[in-house]
Amino acid sequence: MARTDMLLPGLADPVLDAQQIFRAVLDAMARPGTIVDLPSPPASPEPLDPATTAIVLALNDQETVVWLDDAADSEAVRQHLRFHCGSPLTADPAQAHFAIVGDIRAMPPLASFNLGGDEYPDRSTTLILQVPDLTGGTTWTLGGPGIRDRATLAVAGLPDGFRDQVIENHLGFPRGVDLIFTCGARATALPRSTRVEG
Amino acid sequence: MTTASGYNFAYLDEQTKRMIRRAILKAVAIPGYQVPFGSREMPLPYGWGTGGIQVTAAVIGPDDRLKVIDQGADDTTNAVSIRRFFARTAGVATTERTTAATVIQTRHRIPETPLTEGQILVYQVPIPEPLRWLEPRETETRRMHALADYGAMHVKLYEDIARYGRIATTYDYPVLVNDRYLMRPSPIPKFDNPKMDMSPALQLFGAGREKRIYAVPPYTKVRSLDFKDHPFAVQSWDRPCELCGATDSFLDEVVTDDRGGRMFVCSDTDHCGTRRDAAQEAAE
Repeated sequence: MARTDMLLPGLADPVLDAQQIFRAVLDAMARPGTIVDLPSPPASPEPLDPATTAIVLALNDQETVVWLDDAADSEAVRQHLRFHCGSPLTADPAQAHFAIVGDIRAMPPLASFNLGGDEYPDRSTTLILQVPDLTGGTTWTLGGPGIRDRATLAVAGLPDGFRDQVIENHLGFPRGVDLIFTCGARATALPRSTRVEG
Repeated sequence: MTTASGYNFAYLDEQTKRMIRRAILKAVAIPGYQVPFGSREMPLPYGWGTGGIQVTAAVIGPDDRLKVIDQGADDTTNAVSIRRFFARTAGVATTERTTAATVIQTRHRIPETPLTEGQILVYQVPIPEPLRWLEPRETETRRMHALADYGAMHVKLYEDIARYGRIATTYDYPVLVNDRYLMRPSPIPKFDNPKMDMSPALQLFGAGREKRIYAVPPYTKVRSLDFKDHPFAVQSWDRPCELCGATDSFLDEVVTDDRGGRMFVCSDTDHCGTRRDAAQEAAE
C-alpha cells in the first residue's frame, strides 16, 4: 500500500498512454453501452479506480474545472489532480467541466450539474461515475446514435430513480450531461443522445 | 519508421490535443452540433486541411494505419503531403487501401468501399455552418440551431425547384443528423450522402479556419433534406468507368488532350485499382 502522503506517478507515457485512453473513451462514447478496457491504467490515489484516474489524467488540465463528490474528495486525489493536471477544483457542480463521483448513491441530481445552454450545449459537465460493477445490475435497453439496433447496459449499484434522471437528461437534448461509468480498469459511456428504452 | 526529432508525437502539443479531444467527445455526444475549438496554426495554409489534420493528430496513435484521400485520389498533392506529414511526425503506417485503414482523412469524398466498425473517417471542412450563405451572422445561425429553425434552408431548396425545376445543389448537400441538427457534410458530392446514413464508421469533421469540430457517431440517422414531391436523388452517369467498368461509382471527367478528348473514370483511385487488379487476376 502506497503511503497516502506520497505523490503517485501520472501516466507512464504521458503522450501515448493519453492517446490510447482517449481512443478507448471515444469508442465508449461513440458506441454507448459498449464496455471498453482502458490500456495501461496508472497508479491511482485512494479511493479512485485506475479507470477513473486514467480518464482524468488523459483529459484534464488547467483549462478544466473539476468537481469532486465527498467520497472522491481525499487529500490524495486533490494532490494528484493539482500536480498532474493543474485543474482548478470547484465546490459548485454547476461550474464543473468534469465531475468525479466516488459514491453514486449519494451524488446530487444530474440536473444540478452544468447542462450547457441551447446555443452552447457543449459547455456541459462530463461526469465520471465510479460504480461497484459495470455489469450485473438491472438491464437497461438503449437506443440512439452509435447503436445499430439495441444495446444493453447493466451497471450495478445505481440508486433508485437514477434511470429516471438519465431519461430526463436525454429529453433535454441537445442540453444535458454526458456520463462515463468506471470500474477497475474498464469504462462505459452514456452520452445525452442515448435513449433508455426499457 | 522513425519520427521527426524536435516535434511531439503527431506534431501537436499535449495540451492542444487534450483540448481537441474534449471537443471531439462533446461532438460525438451531440451529433451534428458544431463544437468551437481553439484551432492552432498548422504548417500549411488554411484550406489545405488544417481542421482535418488537427482532428487526425488528436486521434491517431502508433497502432493506426492512415489513408488520406483528396477527391477520392490517394496520389494527389494534398493527400500525399498529409500522409507524409503523419508518417514523419507520428511514425504511423500509411496505406492506400480503404479496407486496411483504421483512420481515413478525406477531402471531399467518401470511399466507395463500404466502411466498417472501428474505422474513423476524418473530413476536412472549409465552411462548417450550413446556414452561413443564408444568414451571415454567427449569433443568428447559433440561435437558429438552438431552435432547430431550418425553414430558411427549405426555402432555399424550394427556390431551386421554382427556378430550375429541381434541387440544384450537387455537393455539400445539407443533411439533418439524428433528426435534430442541420449539418454540412463538407463538399462531398451528394452521391456520397447516402453513405453517411447509418454508417458503421465514426465520422469526425474538422474546420481549421472556422474553428469547429463536429461528428456523426456510427449508426446515426443522416437524412438529406428534400420534399415529398422532389425526393432526394444522387447523380448517375450514362456510361461506366473507362478504366474498370464500374457502373456504381462516382465518375470524374478527365480531359485527355487539347482536341476535346475526354474520359470518365472513377474518382476513388483505390476502388478503381482494386477492381482492375481483380479483373486482371480473373483473366489470367
